[in-house]
Amino acid sequence: MSDLWYDLEAFLQQGTLGLVNGAFYAILSLGLAVIFGMLNVVNFAHGAQFMLGAFVAWMLLNWAGIGYWAALVVAPLIVGLLGVLIERTMIARLYKLDHLYGLLLTFGLALIIEGLVRNAFGSSGLPYRVPEAFRIPPVDLGYMLMPAYRFWIVVVSLIVCLGTWFAIEKTKLGSYLRAAVEKPQLVQAFGVNVPLMMTATYGAGVALAAFAGVLAAPVYSVNPAMGANFIIIVFAVVVIGGMGSILGSIVTGYILGVIEGFTRVYYPEASATVVFVIMAIVLLVRPTGLFGRA
Amino acid sequence: MPRSQAVALGLMVAFIAAAPFLLFPVYVMKVLCFALYACAFNLLLGYAGLLSFGHAAYFGMGSYLSAHAAKVWGLTPELAIATGGLTATLLGAAFGYLAIRRQGIYFAMITLALAQMVYFVCVQAAFTGGEDGIQAVPRGALFGVVDLVPDFTLYWVVAAVFLAGFLVLYRIVHSPFGQVLKAIRDNEPRAISLGYRSDDYKLLAFVLSAAFAGLAGGTKAIVFQIATLTDVNWPMSGEAVLMTLLGGIGTMFGPVVGALIIVTLQAELAQFGAWVTVIQGVIFVACVLAFRRGIIGELQQAIRRPL
Repeated sequence: MSDLWYDLEAFLQQGTLGLVNGAFYAILSLGLAVIFGMLNVVNFAHGAQFMLGAFVAWMLLNWAGIGYWAALVVAPLIVGLLGVLIERTMIARLYKLDHLYGLLLTFGLALIIEGLVRNAFGSSGLPYRVPEAFRIPPVDLGYMLMPAYRFWIVVVSLIVCLGTWFAIEKTKLGSYLRAAVEKPQLVQAFGVNVPLMMTATYGAGVALAAFAGVLAAPVYSVNPAMGANFIIIVFAVVVIGGMGSILGSIVTGYILGVIEGFTRVYYPEASATVVFVIMAIVLLVRPTGLFGRA
Repeated sequence: MPRSQAVALGLMVAFIAAAPFLLFPVYVMKVLCFALYACAFNLLLGYAGLLSFGHAAYFGMGSYLSAHAAKVWGLTPELAIATGGLTATLLGAAFGYLAIRRQGIYFAMITLALAQMVYFVCVQAAFTGGEDGIQAVPRGALFGVVDLVPDFTLYWVVAAVFLAGFLVLYRIVHSPFGQVLKAIRDNEPRAISLGYRSDDYKLLAFVLSAAFAGLAGGTKAIVFQIATLTDVNWPMSGEAVLMTLLGGIGTMFGPVVGALIIVTLQAELAQFGAWVTVIQGVIFVACVLAFRRGIIGELQQAIRRPL
């Protein structure tokens, strides 16, 4: 009996900790889905922009003395503006071409960003301390004690994801956005500046990735490879969920984080590959993805 | 074979024959291995229109299994390379079966994710040697007779593997099968309406492409006597894409030229660390924005003949 309780406890603990990874999968796949929906471009540079968010937070702290809370706003703004610049100067030229060129271009951008960061900061990774406010006793969830900062990640990611969903599905601006996704020419004819909307959407998606990067800085070491590691898993998440649905990509992100956590209890060796295995199974059973449309 | 391609083939063979006398043989062997790898990738992207972002899986597993076969099983080099090619073929059949269920960007993401799964398995599996890789792989003796330890002898074997691979790929592209692939690339619904089972064609193209990528990886393992995680990690997939894009997607000789340039660039810039990555990124961006036909593609356009 106590064995069973012990198992259940470990199960719940790892599942809850899995929510932390799930939070990053959710924010990143949400950003990918928003950008893909509007621009029809798979943003391969999403991982690099996530990593850049973490590095900008580190630079703000160590070079300018700007702390975590300000960085949570400033870093996404800086990286988002960089995204706007990228969209205006490069991605905007590709809309008439095959989707694959967008993927290739952003892959090249990811290489450039990662290489520059690696040159400037080396490969080994930099420490970013958990902010003062979270150096408090862990949160007691009844079945486990969860470090305060990790608890914060889960909470704030939920707020951001649901906020984004609300903005797209329930506001007037969001309705313009959804209309422009369906019929760009018609929406343009109604006097909405669609190209500007596309730029803003890319900037916002990139800012989301950078926001996730700042969130991640205190838990993962800030290193140039962190983006690539995440983005490939997020691609698998996106294939599983399908990019057609905003809510779908959020839910899939959290669920896969939790499943990864469970795997850590029963078969730790597979925790790195479980998302890919699930992707393979989903492709066999439901090729369009869980929330995808044919 | 049109005359333009015959001339290009003649030039290429002449270069391969003269190269070991003029250049460092190991460097040319590296170019040939990567040229075969890029040509294999180009079969899929250039002629079937399928962008795989996971060819490192086939290259890397070819490399690992060839190294393992040569070192642990003690097979002769030609059998070791064949083992690598066979492994990649089987892996390609399994992954291709999954990946062709989706199209376009999803296809690219699926192949990338599956390849990363292979990478994580290689990080953990015992036989790959983890971070150390499989080192000190014996080059052995061809058919148990010809000692391949001298670079100059090994060079001709590698040249033969490359040329054979290139010519077989040429034959595949210019066969009726290759014509159907191009039809599917250009207009899949129409090819289906003409009665072609496009999924079967795509799968076979995928498997062939994986097989040759595995052969290239296996040959690389014998040349450098090492198989490591670098062979199977995602930047290796990116290199196949980059070489093909730079040389010219859907041209026979483009990937060869692309491989020559990229391998040379890496050798020259090796001392500058991550700047290689930055420059590769810049080449990607420049090719996509301004130079989508690639070098051989532009040349082909200028002389109005296929290359």
